[in-house]
This record gives sequence, structure tokens and C-alpha cells, in this order.
Amino acid sequence: MNPLYIVLPVAFQLFTAVVLLFFWNKTNLQRGLSVAASITALALAAWLMAAVLQDGILVMQAGAWEAQFGISFVADAFSSTMVLLTSLAGLAVSIFSTSGIRSARVQLGFYPVFHLLLMGLNGAFLTGDIFNLYVWFEIIIIASFVLITLGGAKDQLEGSVKYVTMNLLASAIFLTAIAILYGLTGSLNMADLSIQVANIENRGLVNITALLFLVGFGIKSAIFPLYFWLPASYHTPPATISAIFGGLLTKVGVYAMIRVFTLIFIPDEFMLNLLIWIGGLSILSGGAGALLQNNIRRVFSYLIICHIGYMIAGLGLYTEVALVGAIFYLIHDIVVKTNLFLISGLIYKIKGSYNMKLLGGIYSSFPLLALMFAISFFSLIGIPPLSGFWAKLFLIEGSLDTGQYMVIAFITLGSFITLFVMAKMWLEIVWKKEGALPDKQSSTAYLAMPYAKRFALVFPIVLLSGALLFIGFGAEFILAVAKQIAAELKDPSAYLGAVLKRGTI
Amino acid sequence: MRSLIFRTAAGYLLPILLLFSVFILLRGHYLPGGGFVGGLIASIAFVLHSIANGIENTKKIFKFHPRILMPMGLCLSLFSGLSPLLVNKPFMTGLWFKEPFPVIGMVGSALFFDIGVYLVVIGVVLTIIFTILESI
Amino acid sequence: MEILLSFITGFLYASGIYLMLRRSLVKMILGLILLGNGANMLIFLLGRMVKGEPPIIPDAAKTLAGIYADPVPQALILTAIVISFGLQAFAIILMERAYKFVQTDDLDQMNSTEEDI
Repeated sequence: MNPLYIVLPVAFQLFTAVVLLFFWNKTNLQRGLSVAASITALALAAWLMAAVLQDGILVMQAGAWEAQFGISFVADAFSSTMVLLTSLAGLAVSIFSTSGIRSARVQLGFYPVFHLLLMGLNGAFLTGDIFNLYVWFEIIIIASFVLITLGGAKDQLEGSVKYVTMNLLASAIFLTAIAILYGLTGSLNMADLSIQVANIENRGLVNITALLFLVGFGIKSAIFPLYFWLPASYHTPPATISAIFGGLLTKVGVYAMIRVFTLIFIPDEFMLNLLIWIGGLSILSGGAGALLQNNIRRVFSYLIICHIGYMIAGLGLYTEVALVGAIFYLIHDIVVKTNLFLISGLIYKIKGSYNMKLLGGIYSSFPLLALMFAISFFSLIGIPPLSGFWAKLFLIEGSLDTGQYMVIAFITLGSFITLFVMAKMWLEIVWKKEGALPDKQSSTAYLAMPYAKRFALVFPIVLLSGALLFIGFGAEFILAVAKQIAAELKDPSAYLGAVLKRGTI
Repeated sequence: MRSLIFRTAAGYLLPILLLFSVFILLRGHYLPGGGFVGGLIASIAFVLHSIANGIENTKKIFKFHPRILMPMGLCLSLFSGLSPLLVNKPFMTGLWFKEPFPVIGMVGSALFFDIGVYLVVIGVVLTIIFTILESI
Repeated sequence: MEILLSFITGFLYASGIYLMLRRSLVKMILGLILLGNGANMLIFLLGRMVKGEPPIIPDAAKTLAGIYADPVPQALILTAIVISFGLQAFAIILMERAYKFVQTDDLDQMNSTEEDI
């Protein structure tokens, strides 16, 4: 692949959004175009990933301005993996939305904004410039603001007040951190910053800046104690929108955190301990929150926080093995969280409720669907050989290596809580006899749907469950990728060399 | 605004401000100015007109909803940004015609990018203003 | 000048955070706006101020001669201003809509999403 083409995943999503804007009122055409575009985007992302795995890091300097002066776009193994996962989740959500989003919401511009959101995500993963990262974050949040308020129901608006406020605050903190960083180094290119920050005398100011980045990204990725906006807002929009939020939006914060703390600010002892404790407490508080909820989407919201903790703790261990675990967890979590929110949407379509106490009887009426649910539920817990297991294995191995036995305690405790929550959910939703649903809506409304609509609801879940099975059983391939990513993160000399063209440094 | 002076003045100001916005747009590349400022000035012209004559009359000037300017502008900007890929140069590289055009000056992909921005800004600002004006 | 600007920046941050801690929606959004402006001022301040030397190449010359103002902070601030313009417009409209539904300006009253189901 010509390195000039690495901008295509971004440009293609923008192009799709523009085309969709022209067909503002033609809802069915928009649905079809969105699915077709998402398939193309997945193909583009797979091409990019294959090229990166084959040829190594690809770099494009926008506007032919050399690095440090212009904006670099960098596709290394980490970013291309994230682009591929974004496209996969995007495809699943796009198919699901053809029957999960009502025409009224499509006419308010769901599809163009959705593709702008995917553009922002791809851009954030591919950029090699810290201010450009800020701009992509802003694109992501403004698109997500529109999506979360789309339709304007009362609880949606209330949830989004919190969501909007916290994200605006996070952006302001992020911008402050960039301002101080620019004042310290006079550079915005991440590779150049990596060299310059290491040589700064004033370590106090560097540490303050690193903490500002931690808080800014921490709000976005919902770590302890900055997560309160997430369970207040993620369950309010339609399930399709929750799926893309739960799958990708917090993970882009984690991506940025891993990128910044491995490339620019190499964490010291204090920072590593801080990360480990933040991770551990996220696991505990997210898990404790999930135990108490009855609304299945709120359970999943709290579980997002719980599982973000694993990745942060993995980053805090900061050995190559632990990073492999964190990356593997990131890959697994994007797929499984998207799938869980889609499943909650499907359950709502079938039963008309999100309340665990009222639901039930999925197994007796839809045994095959119940099997699909089981794959995601048990992958999330990490029962071997499903996908979550491998990630946790490497995290535990990493903590054994460094002697951080606390992390092992947190990880196992978090897994037990997840096990308990998912088992409870399995019993309540799938095995229990059907409860007394308030509006008497049973599976007849779902069965009365045209076949194509039902297919659009089930197929994305099958697709993502297939991906989960692949991550679990084809772990060798995923592991090879995760190992390459972790090696590149631990030793960024290849990254620096590719961006700055100075040979290996 | 029922002031006669303001209404009459707004009628003359609209073309003058539009012309000025195009001037600002074209001098943009090497001198202060550009698509964003130009677009803002052009939308101010329409906003002035709508305050003076009522929003219905301003909408009549447009044969279409100003929203459609957004995808048009985005399309223009995107393709001017992507065009260097055809000659194997990175995204957003400036491609220029060798000879300056009369009146306009040097023409290149950056100019088309700026025109795109100009259209997007007009579309966005007018959509926002019209929506707010209609809701009160 | 730098000292004056540092005080202004600090004042913007302080008042922004103070306003955000109030329970009123309107004050909170004003606080967010002030915080954003404070961040812009900080970029301007930390980008090293040079007075009266715009980074514009004269017609006759090919490069800039002598000391000139760094154009990057200005580009960053312009970008940040444009972005915050859009975000703040959105946030204000959102607050207005939310107020219509909830009929209160008090953030503590906005907790119906915390109720179970």
C-alpha cells in the first residue's frame, strides 16, 4: 500500500457522510448507502492493516510538510488495529440501525452524523500530532452530542446534560495540557515530543502536564473517580447509539492514554502506582455499580467502567507482557461491548423492556439467540477458551512478573463480580420463565416483523459473536498482533524513525 | 425591526457585503482573510437582511435550504484535499496553476478548499440562525 | 504584559471553575465558556509573545527576517475558538431544551436518569 493512502479510512467516512447529507429525506436510501459504505470501509481498514503488518509503519506528512512542522498521519500496528475494529463495530451498528433506528430519527440526520463519528475515530487513531488528536476528539464529541440527544426524549436530554458538561470540561483540560506542552517544547508532533520531553529539565512541570493529560483522557475513558457521567447517560439513547458509544467512545480515550503514556510521558514510579490504583478502583467501583442495577443497559454501562480498569491497570504495570494483556483486552472489549449493547437492543425489540426483573423466557422461545447471547456473556467474563480469558492471562502474568500482587487481586475480584453479574443476567433474561411485562408486549410483535428487519437485528450480533469466537479460538493470530503492538509501544524507536526520518534513534 | 432606514440600508448592504466576502475569500492564501472569515461576512449579510426584512423574505433569496450548502462545500474541500493523491503527493498538498488568472490571481487546490470552507460556513451559520429565529 | 496576561488567564480559570461548581445550569455553561477562553489565553501566553512582528512575508522577500511572532499558537487558538463556538452553541441549545422538559435550572433536580428503569 502506498503510504499516501493511509488517509483513506478517514476521507472515505467523510465522503460517505457528505453523500448521505445530500439525501437528507430519503431514509431507505440512506440506510442502504450506509451499509454499503461500512462494508467498503471495513475492506479499506483490512487493507491498511494487512499493509502495516507486511511493510511496517506507514507515515504520511499532510501537505508534504516535513514532520515537526506539518501534521503527520501514522499507521502503526496499534492504530491500524483500532481502525479495523472501528470499521467492524461500525459495520455491525450500521446493519443493526437499518431496523433499530426509526425513520423519524434518520430524518434528523442519524446516518451522516454516525459516519462523521466514525471519521473522527479513524482520524484520532491515525494522527501523529497532539493538537490534531484534540481536533479529532472534538469531532468525536460533537458527533456523539448529536447522536445522544437525537430525538430529544426527556431522559435523553437529562443524560446528555451530564455527558456534554463532562466532555466539554475534559476538552478544556486537554487543551490546557497541550498549551503547557507547547510552551515547554514548542512542538506538537508526538514523535518529536517524545524526544523533547525526555530532555526537559523542569520535571515538575512535565509531571503536572502528564497529570492533566491523565485527567483529560480519564474523563473521556470513564476511569475512577471520573466516570459518573457514563452510567447517567449511556442508557438513554436508542440501543444502536449506545452500542457505538459503549464499544468505541471510551476506548478512544484508553487508546490516547496508552499512546501518550508510552510515547511522550514515560511514567515514573508514582505515575505507575497511580495508574494501577486507578485501574483497580475502576474495576471495583464499576463492578459494585453493576451489581445493583436492574436495567440491563445500566449494568453494561457499569461493566464498561469495570473493564476499562483492566486496561488502565495493564498500562500501569508497564511491562511488555502486561501491555500485551491490555492491548488484547482492548481488542476484545471493543467487540464484546458493542455486541452486548446490540443484544440489549434486540432484547428490547423482542420484549419491550430493559428491566431484568420483568424479562425472561428467551431460551424457551429463541434457543439459538440464547446461544448467541451466551457467547458474548461468557467472553466478557473470560471463561476459557473465549476471548476475555487470554487477555486476563497476560495481565496476571504481567503482574506476577512485577510483583504487583494487588493487581491480581483486583483482576480476579473483578472477574468474579462480572461472573456473578452475567450469571444473574443469564438466569433472569434467558432461563427464567417470562415475567409480567407491563405493556403485555411479547415476542409476537418481533415475530410479526418482516424477515429482512429481523435479519438486520440478528445478523450484526452473529457477526460480532463470530468475531469474538475468532478472537478466542484464533488467539494465536491476535496475540501475534498484540505482541507486535506492545513491542512497538515499549520501544518507540521504529515509530520515531518512521515519522522523523532520521533512521533509528 | 420596523425602521425604514435600516431596511433600506440592509437592501444595499447585502450585495456590498457579499462582494466584500468574496474579496476576503480570494485574498486569503497569503494575506489575512480566507474562507472562514469570508463565509462569516457573507452570512452576516444574510442575517442583517433577515433582521431588517423578516426571515421569510431572506429565505426567498435562496431557491433552496441553506443546509444543502454544507455537503456541497464539504465535497469541494474533500476533493481538493484528495486531489494531490492523483499525482502521488500527500493529502492536502497545494497544487497550483503556473500562471496567475486575471482578477483572481493564483489558482490552486488551496483556493478550492477555501471556497468549500466558505460554503460550509455560510450553510452552518444560516442553518443555526434560521433555526433559532424560527423557534422564538 | 506577560504578567498581566498570566493574571487574566488565572482569573478566567478560577472564575470558570467557580461558576461550574454552582448548581445552576446557566452558570455552569458560562463557567465552561470561561474555562475554554482561559485555555485559549494560556496557549497565547505560552506561545511566547512578540509584539508588532506579524509572521507575514513582505512582497519583496522570500523568507521572514529577524524576530517574528510564532504563527502556530494563533492557528491553534483559531481552531479552538471555531470548535468551541460550535460546541457552545450546541450546549446552550441543549440546556434550553432540557430546561423546557425539566422545568428547573437546578442541576440537583436533574436526576431522573438515576432512577432504576
